[in-house]
Amino acid sequence: MGGPLGDAIKKALLAALVTFGLSFPIVVFLTRVNLSNQLVLQPRWWLAGLFAAAAFIISFAVAILRPGGVERAPLTTVMSTAPPHPIIRILPRAGLVFLIAYPVLVLLATGNAGAVKWIDNFGIQILIYILLAWGLNVIVGFAGLLDLGFVAFYAVGAYSTGLLAKTFGLSFWILLPLAGILAAFWALIVGLPVLRLRGDYIAIVTLAFAEIVRLVLVNWVPVTGGYAGVSGIPAPSIAGYTFTMGPNNIATALGLPPSPLYRLFFLFYLILALVVLCYWVTTRLRTLPVGRAWEAMREDEIACRSLGISIAKTKLSAMAAGAFFGGLGGAFFASRQGFISPESFVFMESAVLVAIVVLGGLGNMMGVAIAATVMIGGTELLRELTVLKRVFGPDFDPTQYRMLLFGLAMVMIMVWRPKGLIASREPSVRLGTEPPPRTGPVTVPAE
Amino acid sequence: MRWQTDPLLVVDHLSMRFGGLVAVNDLSFTVGRGDITALIGPNGAGKTTVFNCITGFYKPTSGRIALAHGGAVTAEAADALTGSDQRHTHGEKPELFLLERMSDHEIAATARVARTFQNIRLFPGMTVLENLIVAQHKTLMRASKLSMAGLLGLAGYRAAEKKALDLARAWLDVVNLTDRADMPAGELPYGAQRRLEIARAMCTNPVLLCLDEPAAGLNNRESAELTRLLRGIRAQTGVSILLIEHDMSVVMDISDHVVVIEYGTKIADDTADSVKNDPKVIAAYLGVEDEEEAEAVAATTEGIKP
Repeated sequence: MGGPLGDAIKKALLAALVTFGLSFPIVVFLTRVNLSNQLVLQPRWWLAGLFAAAAFIISFAVAILRPGGVERAPLTTVMSTAPPHPIIRILPRAGLVFLIAYPVLVLLATGNAGAVKWIDNFGIQILIYILLAWGLNVIVGFAGLLDLGFVAFYAVGAYSTGLLAKTFGLSFWILLPLAGILAAFWALIVGLPVLRLRGDYIAIVTLAFAEIVRLVLVNWVPVTGGYAGVSGIPAPSIAGYTFTMGPNNIATALGLPPSPLYRLFFLFYLILALVVLCYWVTTRLRTLPVGRAWEAMREDEIACRSLGISIAKTKLSAMAAGAFFGGLGGAFFASRQGFISPESFVFMESAVLVAIVVLGGLGNMMGVAIAATVMIGGTELLRELTVLKRVFGPDFDPTQYRMLLFGLAMVMIMVWRPKGLIASREPSVRLGTEPPPRTGPVTVPAE
Repeated sequence: MRWQTDPLLVVDHLSMRFGGLVAVNDLSFTVGRGDITALIGPNGAGKTTVFNCITGFYKPTSGRIALAHGGAVTAEAADALTGSDQRHTHGEKPELFLLERMSDHEIAATARVARTFQNIRLFPGMTVLENLIVAQHKTLMRASKLSMAGLLGLAGYRAAEKKALDLARAWLDVVNLTDRADMPAGELPYGAQRRLEIARAMCTNPVLLCLDEPAAGLNNRESAELTRLLRGIRAQTGVSILLIEHDMSVVMDISDHVVVIEYGTKIADDTADSVKNDPKVIAAYLGVEDEEEAEAVAATTEGIKP
């Protein structure tokens, strides 16, 4: 075989073979328990075949339609500083307006029952992840410190809120900043040993720190309750009025009909306020000397030292600032759920957050927000795809393919947009001078 | 001879060992205030090690590196400070610093010694302008009052930022990069990156500017431009310059004072003209046979004898 058709078939066959090889150990054997309570393997060769066939068709189609191969983004060393696309420029304001209107829109569109799901599972859930991802973005995106244990700060915020609220009866409004401060404090503690480390070593230390935090939560049963967690965390209240059912319910006090929606509206606008605060603070910090030092440290630590910038202070301030927002997220999470356990603070959460920051574009806040929306919203959306059950049978659970889709999205982003969804960097300050025309006198490079 | 009458920097019996390797061996020299001093020597002579000791990137094994602001380094003052456990004097004039006791970022921030690197170290992803603003970290950090004044956008901070921008802008004009201010520094051509690195070092407002092979990789025209630039910088700011350079035309052209080292030891220390004709220097550079070198040295010592 020769020619373009032969090449396409060869390529497609290879893709099919690789897909078969990869899917074989993952999807072929279904384990289930039979009537006599024995574990049995149920082979599903057809499923691996289906995957391979799909890979063949896609690869063949791509090879025929794009004979030159898929165009990949060039791997440049520096991000463009060209003014961003107008859509990206209006995104922060447009997004904020949309989010303020969102609960009302959802209520009008889906009625009371649907609104609970869309505000809670989608709105609040996504906003929590945006807050956490922006916090992590300070550490990974701005300062370039690969933190694989960000969930530890989230856990510190959540547990300090839960335990202090239950033990000392402190109000949520005191605990919210306190949780942030405590998380920042622990960031300084873990930051000290990583001061002399770089790159991969920071990743290992932060990963270990998160595991230590989780194991303490699991094993320090008298304080943390171990796997049973902390339950009955009081929900936030305003001036003594709560949003949950009870004697001081705000709706009863105002003579409104009882509904779970008041609580959700309150929680939604609360987390939205925290997200807006985080956006305002981090975008401002970026244009301040401390934020510029973070980015300079990411670019070249040695050059920083030669300019009188203390790497210790810069690293610690980045860790603390990022962890502060993680702590706020934890405090919100604890009082929203009313119950926390170590299972919410596993490594997977850190990994998802790092994935969101990388996919969005390191250091780009709007890109990170979009990535969080797509990743978390997409996962929730999978639950909604009941249509697929009609295609694949009633046993089909689309959420089980969450990680598969997650991985697929990452591979595609890395191929087409290796620097993330929004791969540009807005300078912290512009002079506004025009670059010289390309034909103008350019300094001759060295021979 | 300003390096004898008005020394800004005095390096005293400096030694640096890496395990068994002696990179710098009992080296002493001085840098005169307002001078352009060149540190030259064959490859592997220990020039960059000396630089790293002065700028705090290495802790010297032994020796003293004293720097004075607003006056000459005197042996008595340096001895007095060495005897104390202080790193620098407080409030006295001239203010004295013992660089071997200070860390790299303190040397840059408080002793005001700036440096560039042999392999250029810019912040490639940040713009040309941002590179110059980052260099003014200390001043801006103080004005931002733990970032609080900055976060709230108080007038004091805004004024400091405007001043920083003005200074950056002035240096952009000096190194002729104003029209490329908003470009990522990593996208500049090589020669422009060299100039930007010098401008960035100058934005820290140094008293001593250390340049590690500033002409490396530049063509003749660019080297000539660099010479003009360095002269201009000195004339404008009065900064003293210490440079390592292999390009002898640059060295001989701009240096007031040349220190030659070989195998970590000083072999010559004088004006450019006298060093140029020093047989020991010629021998070190041209690699003369041992006997010939000995003869050459003998010949000059005889010549010097009355």
